[in-house]
Amino acid sequence: MSALKTREARDGYGEGLVKLAKAHKDVIAMDCDLGRSTRSFRITEVDKNRFFDMGIAEQDMLSTAAGMAKMGKTVFVNSFGVFVTGRAFDQIRQQVSLPKANVKVCGSSSGLTQGADGATHQSVVDVALMRNLPNMTVVVPADAKQAEEAVIALYDVKGPAYLRLSKHPTPDYIPETPAFKIGKAQVLRTGSDICLCGCGPVMYNVLAAADVLEKAGIKTGVVNFHTIKPLDVETVKSLAGKYKRIVSIEEHSILGGLGSALAEVIAGLEKGATLLRLGVPDTFGESGSGEELLAKYGLDTDGIVKSVKNLK
Amino acid sequence: MKQSITELKKSAWQIRLELIRMFGVGKPHHYGGTLSCAEIVAALYFHKMNFSKELLNAPERDRLIMSKGHTVPAQYAALAMLGVFPMEELKTIKRLGSRLQGHPDITKTPGIEAPTGSLGQGLSYANGIALAAKLDGLKFNIFVIVGDGELQEGQTWEAAMTTSQHCLGNLCVIVDRNVHQSQGCVSEIMDVEPLDKKWQAFGWDTVRIDGHNMEAVCKALDGFTGQGKRPLAIIADTIKGKGVKFMEDVYKFHNAALTEEQFKEAEKEILAGLQEVK
Repeated sequence: MSALKTREARDGYGEGLVKLAKAHKDVIAMDCDLGRSTRSFRITEVDKNRFFDMGIAEQDMLSTAAGMAKMGKTVFVNSFGVFVTGRAFDQIRQQVSLPKANVKVCGSSSGLTQGADGATHQSVVDVALMRNLPNMTVVVPADAKQAEEAVIALYDVKGPAYLRLSKHPTPDYIPETPAFKIGKAQVLRTGSDICLCGCGPVMYNVLAAADVLEKAGIKTGVVNFHTIKPLDVETVKSLAGKYKRIVSIEEHSILGGLGSALAEVIAGLEKGATLLRLGVPDTFGESGSGEELLAKYGLDTDGIVKSVKNLK
Repeated sequence: MKQSITELKKSAWQIRLELIRMFGVGKPHHYGGTLSCAEIVAALYFHKMNFSKELLNAPERDRLIMSKGHTVPAQYAALAMLGVFPMEELKTIKRLGSRLQGHPDITKTPGIEAPTGSLGQGLSYANGIALAAKLDGLKFNIFVIVGDGELQEGQTWEAAMTTSQHCLGNLCVIVDRNVHQSQGCVSEIMDVEPLDKKWQAFGWDTVRIDGHNMEAVCKALDGFTGQGKRPLAIIADTIKGKGVKFMEDVYKFHNAALTEEQFKEAEKEILAGLQEVK
């Protein structure tokens, strides 16, 4: 990555949480013994009484958060994405998403960023799990600044949400305009041949790949789908009409994430673009650095370029 | 609206009668665990709790959470008896479009305080309510009815730690210790005893009572002020299917459908139980 100052999405999350807590007394943060890693602990800079370390007990944390939400609190629950969505799925289903509880499920160290810890700690089905629950909003910020914008915007979504956060360091590379708005995809580049649609910090590689492709004469569009649900269906339809091919890129299983969400829309169109889904194939990962794993699954700049060129 | 002991006993049998009548003939319902907690539910709603139709949304009302969500019909019966919704509505239970869902739904049913059904989640939810109330300086008590089989769910014990860690002394758990679960006897499937010692080890005060003895149920509840630092677990020994001889201690009536004949017999026995209250 570049020599520019880099940050991780979780850092932006921490900034946003502090701002929210200052502005709104009903904001609570809970964690399962990972508060300094997830940055949820930063709420104690504002009010130590509004931070709850629930111990290593994700199920209890989610249900407790739902109870707090019933009392009018806006509760941000935190852990690694793999645990908070997997271990506490049923609590999210029954006590958060079903009754539309105002609980924001924050999955830190998501995707392949907890790489060295291996398959047990890699969170590559979390979006699939959360996206399938009714009433959930699902947001995957692309950089730290967007994570900060997302956490602040989610305060105004009075209901359940999943915020997926990663540890890949990137510069704040997403431009100011078009502004971040939940449910609205950001068209970062317009092309005519191929459109790269992605989410999360891997968008950094997507933009770099678009540069390479442009130089090779392939007019490449780039769209940041930071909100997986509600999906910006109108933009998907318009892209499918404009481009011949759409490529989805995500640091997630190709089953159930952004690629699947796009496919569900595209499959219903009478004519339009075909879709290639890039992501983690239907397999478990292994230990390695985040960068190595991204390369292994073809989600680095070279890998994306190669996949796109193979299409031609 | 405090009832006398005699009235409370009658209310418990009235709850049983409403249960049998709302369940009717030929449809599977959770008989065993609803009938076993009738005294507990009656004592809470008609004696102990600061709750009424008028207090339905009062911030400082006492709250009852049916963590063993499948026995929420007992709560429906009591809520209807309190006028929270019409008695006639009880018969709509589990029907398409009804406000009375098969398991507790806070978005549909007035008076229901927590979404439960998938077991083991009620106490955590209650803790969340208690923690938020503490932050906001609100004072009220929260009662959570759990099943003995339900205690096999590990989350219960995560929650029990949270309650004592945060000194949530306004929380009272009542274990409806009716001995049977869906597929048989709790001790044969996965024993949960010794219950007193388990709750005590998690930092709770305990009292063990006969859960069908109204005097004992009221005494145990009266001993709980909610003012102290330690939560209370009342272990109420009960009989699954209490009040209908052919159901008592028969695990198959955890969830079963009655024939016309069985329905008539059950109704007769419960009416007799109601008559016998002195």
